[in-house]
Amino acid sequence: MPVRSIPGGGQAWRRRTRGETLIRWAGWLIGVAIFVFCWNRISASTTWFFVWDAPRIAGDILSRATPPRWSYIDQLWRPIWDTLNIATLGTLFALIMAVPVAFLAARNTTPSRFLIRPVALLIIVSTRSINSLIWALLLIAIIGPGVFAGVIAISIRSIGFCAKLLYEAIEEIDESQVEAITATGASRWQVMAYGVAPQILPAFAGISVFRWDINIRESTVLGLVGAGGIGLQLSSSLNTLAWPQVALILIVIFVAVVISEWVSAKVRGAII
Amino acid sequence: MTAATELDTLIGRKWRKPPFIKRAWLRWMLTIGGLAYLVAAFATLEVNWSRVYEGLDRGAAFIMAFMEPDFVSRWGDIRDGMVESLVMTVGASVVGIAISIPIGLGAARNIAPLPVYVICRGIVAVSRALQEIIVAILLVAIFGFGPLAGFLTLSFATIGFLSKLLAEDIEAMDRSQGEAIRATGARWLQWINYGVQPQVMPRLIGLSMYRIDINFRESAILGLVGAGGIGATLNTAFDRYEFDTAAAILLMIIVIVMALEYLSGIIRARMQ
Repeated sequence: MPVRSIPGGGQAWRRRTRGETLIRWAGWLIGVAIFVFCWNRISASTTWFFVWDAPRIAGDILSRATPPRWSYIDQLWRPIWDTLNIATLGTLFALIMAVPVAFLAARNTTPSRFLIRPVALLIIVSTRSINSLIWALLLIAIIGPGVFAGVIAISIRSIGFCAKLLYEAIEEIDESQVEAITATGASRWQVMAYGVAPQILPAFAGISVFRWDINIRESTVLGLVGAGGIGLQLSSSLNTLAWPQVALILIVIFVAVVISEWVSAKVRGAII
Repeated sequence: MTAATELDTLIGRKWRKPPFIKRAWLRWMLTIGGLAYLVAAFATLEVNWSRVYEGLDRGAAFIMAFMEPDFVSRWGDIRDGMVESLVMTVGASVVGIAISIPIGLGAARNIAPLPVYVICRGIVAVSRALQEIIVAILLVAIFGFGPLAGFLTLSFATIGFLSKLLAEDIEAMDRSQGEAIRATGARWLQWINYGVQPQVMPRLIGLSMYRIDINFRESAILGLVGAGGIGATLNTAFDRYEFDTAAAILLMIIVIVMALEYLSGIIRARMQ
């Protein structure tokens, strides 16, 4: 046990040996050095004049943005409807694609642990690590701007998230129920339908609503790159510096996000 | 008596699973309403199939580009963008975590007085409701283009995420350990340091690692609105249909995200 001598000849307990303490301090030093390097880089590519001017500009923008232009709401109903559709249809398509991926990725249902499981895991990681805005950029280059590109972008982005949560739920199922169904002489598909599916159904419903809620948030900004929804109005209002419209759109987005969060919490509460 | 007669009537009939929603009319209303909404959503989805057909060549070109990604011809841009993204990630994570610890303490009902609790919860709510990219747009308008706006955006988003989860963890902690420290006559700071901190530290480190991961993913898109990082390079690559460069950038993002995930897995496992 590490001890140190204290004045007066006694010995006191200490948590770490001298070597461990030194290593810890060296770690902190390296961490601080990295942070200072990062800060220097950020600082070097910043125009500090704008930063000192920031409070005035922020005040200026705020004064221009108030009051919000309430009459603009008439032009927002259609984008709001599109945004809702992008989120819902995107979640729907994502679930259709995520279910097979999840079954292929779960240790207890995958046909091959060495061949197919890694592929399924790769699909999960790669769709999850790329943001829906990047998917949207890519899809706009391929299939052109519009709501359809938004739906596909949201659905591809959501595959990894849904499949990951779903395969974890599949791995946690009670195997004895599956054995009971197998013991009746059920085929592979019947085991899936009567042994596995009922156990993961609550998790599946919970995941869908959870992802739908996230997708509402994400679909509000897809329009910034041209993929439909209320983001289109946001970007055109920003480009024309129509701050009262920007303020109204931000309020609408905020309300939509709060409502979707409330709905998703209610539905999940009812299921679980 | 009644139970027995109920059983008698059920004998010989096939068992049916009780429906999730008991009231038949509500069940039907919800089903019909849901289907009607989906039909309406599909109906408003305008797909320009000829445009999609034209785009398929580009899609194929993009997938082929993953076979031979071009790291070389724009290596300078890619390197600068990647370094900027990483720098923003590290800087924002350090600052965000440092700020979210006091706010997390303030947002835990069991250790904070009511006024502090309300203010801290308010900060968390605002930070969580505003999407990163929207915050980035506003901050770019205020602070000018460059990584400073991205850095501030990510720091702000980190606060909402980390403070909320930290506060929940503090609220769920074991009170008796804190009381034991209190009983020794410790001051407030000592109480936090010896009674609270050791209990939440492993989880705080785990969450911080997870947040670094998220911050890097987000930093990859902030460039789309001018807030620094690899997103700007990626956007240019898509605009010019330079799919081989875009593929190279996406591969790098996926590799870095996977590396971060692996690293955070190791660190979290060692913490437990």
